[in-house]
Amino acid sequence: MNETKNNLLQLPNLERHPFEPRALKSILLSTITVICAILACVPLFSVLVMLIYRGGSRINLELFTALPPTAFQFDGGGISNAIIGTLFMVGIAALITIPFGVLAAIYLAEFGPYSKIATIARFSAKTMSGLPSIIAGVFAYAIMVITMGSYSAWAGGVALAVLMLPTILLTAEETIKMVPKRMKEAAFGMGCTPSQSMTKVVLPMALPGIITGVVLAVARAAGETAPLLFTAIFSEYALEPNDPTASLAVLIYNYSNSTSENQLELAWAASLVLVVLVFILNMVSRWIGSRTRK
Amino acid sequence: MAAENGEESILNHAETLAAPPTPVDKIFDKCFRTLTFVFTWATVLLLAFIVFRIGGQALPAMKEYGPGLLFSSDWDVNNNQFGIWPQIWGTLYSSLLALVLGGFFGITIAIFLTQDFLPHKLEMVLKNIVELLAAIPSVVYGLWGIYVLIPLLQPTADKLHSSFGWFPLFSTSFSGFGMFSAALVLSIMILPTIAAISQDALRAVPRRTKEAAFGMGATRWEAILRVILPTASGGISGALVLGLGRALGETMALAMLVGNSATVSLSLFSPASTLASLLALNFPEADLNQTGVLMYAACTLLLITLVVNMLGTLIINTTTTKGGER
Repeated sequence: MNETKNNLLQLPNLERHPFEPRALKSILLSTITVICAILACVPLFSVLVMLIYRGGSRINLELFTALPPTAFQFDGGGISNAIIGTLFMVGIAALITIPFGVLAAIYLAEFGPYSKIATIARFSAKTMSGLPSIIAGVFAYAIMVITMGSYSAWAGGVALAVLMLPTILLTAEETIKMVPKRMKEAAFGMGCTPSQSMTKVVLPMALPGIITGVVLAVARAAGETAPLLFTAIFSEYALEPNDPTASLAVLIYNYSNSTSENQLELAWAASLVLVVLVFILNMVSRWIGSRTRK
Repeated sequence: MAAENGEESILNHAETLAAPPTPVDKIFDKCFRTLTFVFTWATVLLLAFIVFRIGGQALPAMKEYGPGLLFSSDWDVNNNQFGIWPQIWGTLYSSLLALVLGGFFGITIAIFLTQDFLPHKLEMVLKNIVELLAAIPSVVYGLWGIYVLIPLLQPTADKLHSSFGWFPLFSTSFSGFGMFSAALVLSIMILPTIAAISQDALRAVPRRTKEAAFGMGATRWEAILRVILPTASGGISGALVLGLGRALGETMALAMLVGNSATVSLSLFSPASTLASLLALNFPEADLNQTGVLMYAACTLLLITLVVNMLGTLIINTTTTKGGER
């Protein structure tokens, strides 16, 4: 009866059976997807477990206060100069890029969003965000190391700045654009000039978003190795901005194939410190981001 | 009349904030606008300057060696013979391998996260985990690759080589450092990029398209494979191209894992070298002549990644605007 009715109306068979081939195929594919998703999480946990397992034992006061050991020193030593070097170079990069990026973003979002130069600048920033990090190092080498004649923390900072700029610029533009129009118009209605409405109304409202972008850019820059390899290279001594400067990332790279067990342990410990630092920065940016969305 | 009186009384109120801009305000406004304009230009000029500076440094080497350098495989510092074909090959081969693996996992995860497989809370947790994968610095992945991944792969790779040694992919014995380990780590690194952009593309598929498929009696996977994925294919291909761009430029994990030997081989287990790792390893101790050649290699890398990234951005831009209109 039912069948004849279906035939009359030319309806396909809409009933589902759990064991027909297409249902089985669906179940199979779902299983594969779940397995893939679990497999993709494995590296993250494996990395974290290994960092704690191999580097955790070295987390003590000495790690943060002492200088790196030589290859013949079988225990002790720390990574204080690398931590300071990383902070110093990321700091330089932030000092260069925050005003640079935010001012350009203001123009892109507010003063001339549809102008030709804005389109080109936006495109340049997007292109730069895809630039291989080693190219930033090559660039800093060409303009800083060759002209100054030596490797320095300044050159490292410039290389990191090239990498941070696009992130800061593009996120700042997005958040400035998201400030409601009526806020700006209220400022104009009070007789503000466009710059006053920008600095007194729009920027304070967009600040959390801009900070999110800055923190993300800092987190990324802190872990970058390639741009520092031949701009700041490495040093076993305390920070001297005009000389080669140590950084966490390059320390990990240099000690990663060291024959000295002590240095290798320090590489793991430095990785742990670096990953914890980067994760904290990521959490902070997420926290600021989620707080402002409400 | 009464209203006018009311307005007047507000305007006459001594503490009103509204005021026309003073001359100082106007000058400040002009300066501030000019400043933002200057920095916008500076962004464009910075990119131009990067290309110009690296190109300028590479020019002498380009003149001396010509395009032949790209296709030669001799690297002999003492006789001033240079060729970067093995590096170009290694860059492309490792990136493509990583793209196949990372692309498969990335798209699968994007489907898993967007097609209502999980409750929303779990979805967010998994999304955050995948994003954290991208936050781990590549040098840490390199360290992890050397001491965790390579020992883990060794037995399987040895077995594959001894049983399927005739197959070109497995034709060299596995020494740990090589294409396979490098490409595997690389695929983990590009997975978050691909997953994130693919998720955006999948979320942009209109709900009614999906529901039309379900209404026709499609199973979940029939709807995904025949309706949702084709609709989102533009954005997903953009994601793949941008993932490829990241893989091409990645340096540290490769420099630490790829073995850095100028070999051109199809074998997964053979050590190799890439443009980025060549730069990373040779720059610190290069003399003037070699610096020119390395700048040439940097130019090549820059060109490849620029083209790939522009292509990716273009694909995403064109397909997402179309998606919005639909």
